[in-house]
Amino acid sequence: MSTPRTGPAHPPAAHHPHPHESAHLHVSGEAMYVDDLPELAGTAHAALGLSTQAHARIVRLALDAVRAMPGVIGVLTAADIPGPNDCGPILHDDPILAGGEVHYVGQPVFAVIAASHEAARRAARAAVIDYAPLPAVLDPLEATRRQSLVLPPMQLVRGDPAARLAAAPRRLAGQWQVGGQEHFYLEGQVACAAPREDGCIQLWSSTQHPTEMQHVVAQMLGLAAHRVVVETRRMGGGFGGKESQSALFACVAALAAWKFRRPVKLRPDRDDDILITGKRHDFQYDYEVGFDDDGRVLALRIEMVARAGFSADLSGPVATRAVCHVDNAYYLSDVDIRALLARTNTQSNTAFRGFGGPQGAIAIEHVLDSIARTLGRDPLDVRRLNFYGGEGRDTTPYGQAVADNVIHELVAELEADSDYRARRAAIAAFNAASPVLKKGLALTPVKFGISFNLSHLNQAGALVHVYTDGSVLVNHGGTEMGQGVNTKVCQVVAHELGISLARVRATATDTSKVANTSATAASTGADLNGQAAADAARRIRLRLAEFAARTWGNGAAAEVRFADDQVHVGGRALGFAEVLRQAYLARVQLWSEGFYATPGLHWDPTTLRGHPFYYFAYGAAVSEVIVDTLTGEWRLLRADLVHDAGDSINPAIDRGQVEGAFIQGMGWLTMEELYRDADGRLLTHAPSTYKIPATHDCPADFRVRLYPNRNREDTILRSKAVGEPPLLLAFSVWFALRDAIAAAGDGRTNPPLRAPATPEAILDAVDAVRAQRAAAPGAAPAT
Amino acid sequence: MDRHTIRILLNGEPVEVAGVAPTTSLLAWLRGARGLTGTKEGCNEGDCGACTVVVGALSGDDAALELATLNACLCFLPTLDGKAVFTVEYLRAQAGGRLHPAQQALVDCHGSQCGFCTPGFAMSLWALYDACAVEGSRPDEARIRSTLTGNLCRCTGYRPIIEAGQRMFDLPALALDRERLRRDLLALRRRESLEYAHQGARFLAPRTLTGLLELRARHPVATMLAGGTDVGLWVNKQLRALDAILYLGEVAALRRVVEEDGVLRIGAGASLTDAFAALARHWPELGELWERFASLPVRNAGTLGGNFANGSPIGDSMPALIALGARVVLASVRGRRSLALEDFYLDYMKKDLAADEIVAAIEVPLPAAGLRFRTWKLSKRYDSDISAVCGAFALHLEDGRVHAPRIAFGGMAATPRRATRTEAALDGRPWDEAALALAAQALDEDFDPLTDLRASAGYRRRAAAGLLRRFFLETRADAPLAPAQTRVFAAFDPCAVVPHGEDA
Repeated sequence: MSTPRTGPAHPPAAHHPHPHESAHLHVSGEAMYVDDLPELAGTAHAALGLSTQAHARIVRLALDAVRAMPGVIGVLTAADIPGPNDCGPILHDDPILAGGEVHYVGQPVFAVIAASHEAARRAARAAVIDYAPLPAVLDPLEATRRQSLVLPPMQLVRGDPAARLAAAPRRLAGQWQVGGQEHFYLEGQVACAAPREDGCIQLWSSTQHPTEMQHVVAQMLGLAAHRVVVETRRMGGGFGGKESQSALFACVAALAAWKFRRPVKLRPDRDDDILITGKRHDFQYDYEVGFDDDGRVLALRIEMVARAGFSADLSGPVATRAVCHVDNAYYLSDVDIRALLARTNTQSNTAFRGFGGPQGAIAIEHVLDSIARTLGRDPLDVRRLNFYGGEGRDTTPYGQAVADNVIHELVAELEADSDYRARRAAIAAFNAASPVLKKGLALTPVKFGISFNLSHLNQAGALVHVYTDGSVLVNHGGTEMGQGVNTKVCQVVAHELGISLARVRATATDTSKVANTSATAASTGADLNGQAAADAARRIRLRLAEFAARTWGNGAAAEVRFADDQVHVGGRALGFAEVLRQAYLARVQLWSEGFYATPGLHWDPTTLRGHPFYYFAYGAAVSEVIVDTLTGEWRLLRADLVHDAGDSINPAIDRGQVEGAFIQGMGWLTMEELYRDADGRLLTHAPSTYKIPATHDCPADFRVRLYPNRNREDTILRSKAVGEPPLLLAFSVWFALRDAIAAAGDGRTNPPLRAPATPEAILDAVDAVRAQRAAAPGAAPAT
Repeated sequence: MDRHTIRILLNGEPVEVAGVAPTTSLLAWLRGARGLTGTKEGCNEGDCGACTVVVGALSGDDAALELATLNACLCFLPTLDGKAVFTVEYLRAQAGGRLHPAQQALVDCHGSQCGFCTPGFAMSLWALYDACAVEGSRPDEARIRSTLTGNLCRCTGYRPIIEAGQRMFDLPALALDRERLRRDLLALRRRESLEYAHQGARFLAPRTLTGLLELRARHPVATMLAGGTDVGLWVNKQLRALDAILYLGEVAALRRVVEEDGVLRIGAGASLTDAFAALARHWPELGELWERFASLPVRNAGTLGGNFANGSPIGDSMPALIALGARVVLASVRGRRSLALEDFYLDYMKKDLAADEIVAAIEVPLPAAGLRFRTWKLSKRYDSDISAVCGAFALHLEDGRVHAPRIAFGGMAATPRRATRTEAALDGRPWDEAALALAAQALDEDFDPLTDLRASAGYRRRAAAGLLRRFFLETRADAPLAPAQTRVFAAFDPCAVVPHGEDA
């Protein structure tokens, strides 16, 4: 490693498609997830007993039969919790184990600890719980009628929407709904806790938020934070589902470890995981829009009702992001946006990739799509007419200027590359000649605000160790859930130190290494932690430069250059490791902390005004679908995606995020359906009944590219966050379906399509537009 | 040879197993007892593929080596007796510590993100790699997608994984030593049948049909086990204790697929993969249903006999088999009898099957010239979904008139059932719009479907009528439509052409 090389022997560390840092471990099965860690001697296993009632008082909790089951070590109920029985991230309304009341079917009531995973699961079913039922609210609209909300309503008003609506030459009103979404991370929730000396707890948790797990466990046990250490090497997927809702599992494992003085692992079976945890919020919309004859929006009033579930969890910030994304890529001069968080007796809905942003943005897309069809214009033309840009048309409803707008150029490129106009004509010809199958086409844009809405969360820390052999270890506050944050952070550190990526390794996120971290969420993982790691690496580089300049150069540190695993100083090229060894002997500090706080952010949660986002990420997609008007079956024929990842640190990883988000978003809007019975039982609680996209759902013709767009803000290596924004590209699939369904009617009728657009939803909409056409005077018979 | 010890060739090494419950899953054993944690648990019900392993067995009179992907979560350990089990850990060993081409291609194509599903994908690709090596072929994209229908990925959207399925053949070839594997498996072969027991729970694996029938007569309440794709769920999800299991997987006679006396006879123990391959040779119209029937690992494990013997109202094979006039063959120590498949189902999950009887085979009359036959399922997802409605239609046209129509549906009633009123409405009529209208009306009266998580009653009615209409459009004498004009999935179906002889 110390042999000086001439010229770049390795691919560049940054802006290069390196494989995921764990790829070789993933494919060989050597990557360790929490359940794969070798179990400590005496490890016991926990299982949860779940409520079978949507809302009820617990009259009797008989657990003797549970205790008598083979292998049982003990049981835990709310009464065993020494501190507050709460694991809520913001409000304190999330019991770890139900107290006297249960609030949804699936709520954990007790835990049983046994010698084996199977023994614990078996024992949990021996419980006898008697309930006195209480009235349950399952429908979000009914909850709003009863004023049953988890938080006060939010309202953002700009201009004079009422007056402008009244004066608008054309008006359109609509109601519709978008369903929720189960995360279906392939690795389910899991936590393992071990008691340590002096009342400490060590916790291994599959979580996006180790610091939060540290806090909730410490609070529950009445411990100081420094007695709880949380480690997360990687998750088998998170998608927001392990931001706050890993807490219940972390708390139960820790409580059991504390109570029974032995390591305890809690890994719920998949069905229990889905029954217990919250999902993406389903939304219901009621809107009225005023527009002119060209389709320009003059005023919009929209009310969004989101299903919060039984507790607040992260629903407040989710609603805020939804409100802040109703504009998507469009200038809305006069708006009245309301968001209501309905309290229902269902799982407490939570973060899910996009965090309310998709639910907000799809609302305006629905409005514009409906306007276009009403006017008989191509929806793309109406969308374009309303884009941000032009004189006085660049401020969001919440008051932030859109300073980095590229939506016009980006969409123009996609329109040309995807052959949008020619395909539109070809589809019209196809539909005219095709009685059963109809095709549809849609182009939808994305503008997505990057940063946590709540400004103080936009901070991060990192720790970089440089060893004397030239190898580098980096630790930061972000968590790896597959999105590649560790790979990007390693690339950043290698780039800063001018060394090859192979020298840099990332370790598990650990609350004892970097303190007070924010959740890895809001797409900010690489933005924040990359900057913090770069800061740490620069501090080390500066010390090394000063030392090298003193030792080998003219004393000017600024003239020392780090590149190609070498240190260039005083006309010489020294091996990186060689310099390190000398620096160590000279007692130079070879490790450093780094810190970052995103500049320029402010947000007033009471007025919903401010500058919450550092910048915006942009994208657009064209989807073409085919629909069977006899059965509602459909297929995605082709998708063209263009997405803005700034100056991408890793184009392969970013492309993976774009494609994966698109398919996941498509699943949300089409095949993924959460179905509850009249008693509030979620019946789609396993992959046999809840269908996420599979191999044939990835379109055979899939054209994906990144939009080169160096970030005008000083982000890490001028890249842009990429985790969530491309999920919105999937809107194009749903609107293409709506387009195809419209073709089954007269083309001017807005299909009453709901999301998810299951075959049944599609057939309902087809039948509705056909019925309307049949009812129209002078209508031709349906084919 | 010890009749009471399970012997498995695990990643090339013989391993003896005793002292565990017969219902212990391969997955739990690998991860727990063996510390092989590369095989992941994602759902514990055979729907995600994170636990995909490859199992090798010798089959047929010539003891040919067959390798197939299976879901380890659905394999009871004793069913692997005498078989080779390969887990993801083997691949690197096979490649001498480097990555196997299937793994390296996944790395090169950026086919993993969170990595949790990845070992399962690697195993599915590894099985494909080996199959293609044996054939001397390279798979097209369609075959790669079909190979991966049992593996869910929530991160990538599949494109890079499908690409890896091509890329692995561009890397230096690495062959599995199949001869050595075959020799090792021959050495494991047992003469006497396995009788495994643990703490009172028994697992009996007779090797002859006579042996099986005698055991059935003696143990009428024992659980009959074939592929375990349903029984596995009783254990994994319902935590049912099975005191006695009668495993028919070792009875070679039950796995036979033969054509004789004008029928295709499929033994109840033939895997869905083998059964569909035989069926599709005669009825290429089954292609789409085959492709969409569960997933590849489930079809490799599950049996056609299990699918229809189960008696579930939503099994996808029954409507087609009923429409084709299939008969069930039942056997016991008392003798054999056969009955029409539709008569086998008495009510919800109730069958005409005596306590000492087993389902031995299904017999499907070979097609007569001019048969117009179609079967389709409707579900939320193309791959590996349970159907809301599954319909099958068969008729002949004589002088333009419908003759002997047989129409059956799953998902429309408590059992798979014929649409008798619909058939009556059609029989003898010209195959035209007027007949279709009468048939649609009759169809509405034939069934009173339920609303459940898969679809509402209203959708089931309308979509069933939609399938009937599709059948008409494709098979009418006057200007029939091609599959590409009537089905959105026609492009996925290699058999979506007008079947040979239909114009007769």
